[in-house]
Amino acid sequence: MNDQVFDLTVFQLLLGYVFVLIVLFILRKRNIRREKILILATFRMTIQLVLMGYLLLLIIDNPNPFLTFAIVFVMLSFAVYTVFSKFKNELRPSLKRVIILALPSGALISLVYFLFLVIRIEPYYNPQYFIPITGMIVGNSMTGISLGIHSMINRFTAQRKAVEEALHLGATPKDASKKIVDEAFDSAIMPTLNNMLGMGVIFLPGMMTGQILSGVVPTTAIMYQIGIMLGILGGVSLSTYFLLIFGYRTFFNRDKQLIH
Amino acid sequence: MVFEVKAMFVFDNVAYDSIVTIEKLNINRNEITCLVGPSGGGKSTILKMMNKSISPTEGTIRYEETPLAEIDSVEHRRRVIYLSQSPYIFEGTIKDNLQVGLLFHGKEPADEKTLESMLRRVSLDKPLDADASNLSGGEAQRLALGRVLLLEGDCYLMDEPSSALDDETEKLIIRTIADFVKRNKKTLVMITHSRSIAEEYADHIYEIKAGKVKGDKR
Repeated sequence: MNDQVFDLTVFQLLLGYVFVLIVLFILRKRNIRREKILILATFRMTIQLVLMGYLLLLIIDNPNPFLTFAIVFVMLSFAVYTVFSKFKNELRPSLKRVIILALPSGALISLVYFLFLVIRIEPYYNPQYFIPITGMIVGNSMTGISLGIHSMINRFTAQRKAVEEALHLGATPKDASKKIVDEAFDSAIMPTLNNMLGMGVIFLPGMMTGQILSGVVPTTAIMYQIGIMLGILGGVSLSTYFLLIFGYRTFFNRDKQLIH
Repeated sequence: MVFEVKAMFVFDNVAYDSIVTIEKLNINRNEITCLVGPSGGGKSTILKMMNKSISPTEGTIRYEETPLAEIDSVEHRRRVIYLSQSPYIFEGTIKDNLQVGLLFHGKEPADEKTLESMLRRVSLDKPLDADASNLSGGEAQRLALGRVLLLEGDCYLMDEPSSALDDETEKLIIRTIADFVKRNKKTLVMITHSRSIAEEYADHIYEIKAGKVKGDKR
């Protein structure tokens, strides 16, 4: 059965790349300079997933706590690296330090809670659960953090006069940034909330579909999916919250002046 | 010696990049000081340094004998209140905008009677629940003035508070500010383009030209 699925997947994959060509065509036609990133993203997605597939096969067949935690560490580091590369010169060192702390801590709190209190995996390092669920929570937290940073940077630029006026009037940097922090949090968690709104009706999530395809009873698959969505919500919210409540401070200097 | 005791602010070899260079400047307590001079001369930079909105790149400014660098910026800005030339009007009503400074100071909001009386003092004939985003430049300037006068600062720094007003309203507003300062024993440092206003109200007039203080014109 596995061989049959593998053959079918390869064939479908080749057909699936047609959509990359369609996007490439649209980008060219509209003169939107995103071809490079589209090709890079497609290439990286393919290679990374293929490598991860073989790696998972190896790890699940030979469970080992050090290997499981090493993979978690690599995933977190890669998520932080991806955020850094996305924003390149826009991040000052102090904000980078906040990201290094916020992303792993938010994702790990949610992950530990979900794996050890909700699912109660055994053994505690069980890679079959640990690695895919880490991937989902870290991946979504990374997206939340990226949206939070994007929104915070843009709003500090657009609302510069409002922040400065608040400071002139005796506001603390925290009070002067409150609106920006709230709006950035809102835009960071909105995709996750929209996902939850449409889940089960507009689309069936990948994890659940995968489980059903591999023979798991749909009701069990749904239980897992609800759990993982709550875990993702926790990871996204906590990571973004940590980012914003510590990150806004990096826009001010020691004299509580907005940095230009 | 007497002069030293009265000084609220003392500038000592202060520079801000190449915009301002001040060897010595004292701003006295409970007096009105006007800064005059051509645009781009560094007047606004001086006010911003006094409010700690920016910090000097060289030298020391002392406030009540303590270097500004050693004073908490937020506490300082609550005592030394700055009104910029084009103040920002926050989203919401006139009432929201009048209250916002008090909220930032962690104080209780003022009652409607106090707010209405403040609107009359700054000659703004608008209801409290009117949308503040619809105000003209001159109206917004008066609203921002009312907002800072509600705060109990020790010193007010005003950057051309009447620049968007017609001559008649300008005279009225400046008189309101001067009366407020004198009656409440506050200190006022005001940038003005009008030599006649400076001469009528100021205890000291400093001309600021190319970032330098050209001496007391009184």
